[in-house]
Amino acid sequence: MAIASTEFNYVADLVRREAAIVLEPGKEYLVEARLLPLARAAGQTDIGQYIRHAQQPANREQRWAIVEALTTNETSWFRDAAVFEGFRKELLPRLLETRPAYQPLRIWSAAASTGQEAYSLAMLLTEELGISRKFEIVGTDISRAVLAQARAGRYTQMEMNRGLPARNLVRFFQRTGTAWQVDPQLQRSVSFRELNLAAPFSGLPRFDVVFLRNVLIYFDLPTKQTILRRVRQTMASDGWLILGTAETTRGIDEEFEHTRLGGLTAYRASAEAPLELTRRA
Amino acid sequence: MTVHAIVIDDSSAMRMILRRIVTKLGFEVDEAVNGRDALDKLNAAEQVPDVALIDWNMPEMNGLEFIQAVRSDPRYSRLTLLMVTTESEQSQIVRALAAGAHEYLIKPFTPDAVAEKLEILGLTAGV
Repeated sequence: MAIASTEFNYVADLVRREAAIVLEPGKEYLVEARLLPLARAAGQTDIGQYIRHAQQPANREQRWAIVEALTTNETSWFRDAAVFEGFRKELLPRLLETRPAYQPLRIWSAAASTGQEAYSLAMLLTEELGISRKFEIVGTDISRAVLAQARAGRYTQMEMNRGLPARNLVRFFQRTGTAWQVDPQLQRSVSFRELNLAAPFSGLPRFDVVFLRNVLIYFDLPTKQTILRRVRQTMASDGWLILGTAETTRGIDEEFEHTRLGGLTAYRASAEAPLELTRRA
Repeated sequence: MTVHAIVIDDSSAMRMILRRIVTKLGFEVDEAVNGRDALDKLNAAEQVPDVALIDWNMPEMNGLEFIQAVRSDPRYSRLTLLMVTTESEQSQIVRALAAGAHEYLIKPFTPDAVAEKLEILGLTAGV
């Protein structure tokens, strides 16, 4: 059943207000596809009825479920192989050269979803560094549901099939029933927390690398600018930002400079950026 | 340059599914109904395919035996081997990799999962 424009507008406003994500007209199919399972689970076959029910003041949890359903993205292991190869071959050696060995590398997976990016980075760093260097990976997401899975580190066979090299599966996972469980040691190197990119960040350390991939596209320009400014403030002065392959800071935040590293485009704050920030303050 | 694949599976439905997926990725596809049939086709071929997508459980010669045969023959040293099977025990995956499989995909799979495995193997059409 097609969604009515008033219902679409309600959902678009809700998602924009709560998560600053823009659902433009034409995305009705997305709303229908994402909300139909929720409506069915609630015993309703009519999405319109489900949305009208959510509008009642007491149904806050249902409204949050709608926001979560529309902010969750499909994800795979080592998504965009060239990015991980660029990180492995080009960016990581630079990081190791410029940081003392006792200092753990800190990496932020800023739209962590169900954790595949964060654990992929943990696998890569374990392979590359062995026990010679420590690292910490923080994964954040707006959705409590996906974070629960990320923390559990438990994946279905279909999820495991998505881009995970067989040698990684064998080394870093254990089969438990029909699912696969991340190795506890790998799990300890990754932590997950709830964070709305569209709201002020709190409690984050300084990061050496921030992965913010395929998420800016969902925001309008002023929100993109705010997010990139806040991200810059969480980065070490010589830290790096990695965006999705179709994304750029250009035209959004000119205080980032880009560098091509193999198949990877990495961004870092330009030398003038701190001065600019001081002037603004 | 076109990438050539051979799909080795005793199920005609599975051969059709895999053929459609890899054809859509721009590959040229041949088929074989078991490991023996695949070896015959490799022997007769003017050019060895770039990649074989191999079921495990097949009559006459299974996927593991095919991999062992191919790995012991220097003519096929450049053939990339992707096991595509319902065998999902960790020990089986280890066994296949030890025998010489380059990658492993567990059925059922989505078209994206096939494409991602081929990407891991450095196989993209037109390269």
